[in-house]
Amino acid sequence: MTLKLAWRNLWRNKRRTFITLAAIFLAVILSTLMMSLKEGVYESMIESSVGSYMGYVRVHAEGYWEEKSLDLSMEQSDEVEYALFQHREVDGSIPRVESFALAASEELTKGSMVVGVDPTLEAKFNKLNERVVEGSYLEDSDRAVLLGDGLAAYLHLSVGDTIVLLGQGYHSASAAGKYPVKGIVKFGSPDLSKQLIFMPLKEAQWLYAMPGKVSGLILHFNQPDRSEYVADQLKKDLGAEYEVMHWTEHNRELANMIKTDRMEGWVFMFILYLVIAFGIFSTILMMLEERRHEFGVLIAIGMKRMRLAAMVFGEVVIISLLGAFIGMFGAFPVCLYFNLNPIQLGAEMQEMTEDYGMEAVLRSSVDPGIFIQQALIVAALATLIAIYPYIKLTRLRAIDAMRS
Amino acid sequence: MNEFVIEARNLSKVYPGAVDVHAVNHIDLQIENDEFTAIVGPSGSGKTTLLNLIGGLDRPSTGEILVNGHQIHDLTDNQLIDFRLRHIGFVFQSYNLIPVLTALENTEFIMLMQNIPKAQREQRAIELLNEVGLGEKLHSRPTQLSGGQQQRVAVARALASKPDFVLADEPTANLDSESAFNLLDIMARLNKEEGITFLFSTHDQRVIDRARRVITLEDGRIVSDIRQS
Repeated sequence: MTLKLAWRNLWRNKRRTFITLAAIFLAVILSTLMMSLKEGVYESMIESSVGSYMGYVRVHAEGYWEEKSLDLSMEQSDEVEYALFQHREVDGSIPRVESFALAASEELTKGSMVVGVDPTLEAKFNKLNERVVEGSYLEDSDRAVLLGDGLAAYLHLSVGDTIVLLGQGYHSASAAGKYPVKGIVKFGSPDLSKQLIFMPLKEAQWLYAMPGKVSGLILHFNQPDRSEYVADQLKKDLGAEYEVMHWTEHNRELANMIKTDRMEGWVFMFILYLVIAFGIFSTILMMLEERRHEFGVLIAIGMKRMRLAAMVFGEVVIISLLGAFIGMFGAFPVCLYFNLNPIQLGAEMQEMTEDYGMEAVLRSSVDPGIFIQQALIVAALATLIAIYPYIKLTRLRAIDAMRS
Repeated sequence: MNEFVIEARNLSKVYPGAVDVHAVNHIDLQIENDEFTAIVGPSGSGKTTLLNLIGGLDRPSTGEILVNGHQIHDLTDNQLIDFRLRHIGFVFQSYNLIPVLTALENTEFIMLMQNIPKAQREQRAIELLNEVGLGEKLHSRPTQLSGGQQQRVAVARALASKPDFVLADEPTANLDSESAFNLLDIMARLNKEEGITFLFSTHDQRVIDRARRVITLEDGRIVSDIRQS
């Protein structure tokens, strides 16, 4: 009956209950939206730089990443592929030849990154074909290139023009080639757009004199959030001959930036939680004062104070969970809206976000983990606050309360 | 069986202040089983304080209180709550029913606190509500009952725990004449037929007229103690 009593008590002062419920509801929506926008920005940064190009996990021959030398390239091996696909989270292994070259147009030159890709696999897993904004996508047999739009603009090249590449190949072989520009690709990350040149893998192997070899493999995941775990497992599976790098290792700058920003975000969230806590606390204080006489009567007629405290604690917990639950579902359409209609940043912010290699929009995340996390935090906060009335009631004297 | 259900010895309650207030001043009092006693007196004479002391709601400054021979003044707060639950029934001036519970649930509430099984407490609650004439209002909430009906539920609730005695603080103060007479009839019948001891504080002449013993307080002292036929 204590629970029944707690439930009925909630609805006897509907206004007070709705105010508390609304406070918790709005708190969950607000905190979820804040967190969702923040995580959305991180997702966008990770996706812009990691998911669509660098890869959540990369596999190279040992030492390649430090040296970035094609001399440390690896053979395309069935054994490695077999080990990778032992993990059900891995749904694609994309071979790449990546090296630097001097790219030249008629009058201009620029250091750039030449990437030999398997057009079919890149289209399937990285949607490279969808990034073509001008011209057409590559085919395996092409002897042509795709240019990042930033690089094309810098070199004043467009589809049909010719680009000359000069670099150093496998074991210091000279790498030189002249290629027609087949298409222009656009990346969310302006950094990538300003330096990337794509060509078919076989052509890159020919250019850099490394047939049958690749500089590394990019792993595609059906569950990116499991990529860190898989990377750890692969390190053990593949042994010392290979280096397996999670994106937090091969893109430390981004990982550290997110980590620092996330910590700052929690400080801000803490302040928000404090404001929320005071809102909830004030409604609980109001309830305690309004019902003081009634609590006195209940103790007078023989209700143990612990039981009374448990009843009121139950009331606060029920309303907290209810508010958090409704808030969680209320937050979803709000976050979904800002996911589908991201907030466009102003010119000044745009420049800043581009420096970090991401799109100039604030897109909220709809990761269910955020909704559950925020609902749980606010519910836990309210439950923590409910300790106050619990303590007050365990010390309440019937006579004092009945005199009030 | 003790001779007295309630016994107060040299009972005093002083509220300290610039000038100490002696709300109850060296009272000796014995209430026997089956008594139907009214404590009367002007406002501030100490009626409610005396009832609070006897009911274990307040602690005396000096003196001792025995209920059926058990000292209650040196029990801890939690022991007193348990003692009240098992030995004392309360009826308050403003009924003080639990607003979210029905008449039946309000009556069952005390027995629930005593961990009496559901079927048993429901049966007793129905019997008690029938006794106070509310057999057809079992599932009404306090807001759906008149003042008199609410006070009758309060009486049923007070009796639910089979207490040693019932303390009633101004039980008819908020009732119209008809409701007051009804309530007094019920309490008098319960006293006569079931031997339940009632101790009232009251200003109400209707209650005083029905009481078999009238104790008058003035300035915290008993100034008269009359048994009526």
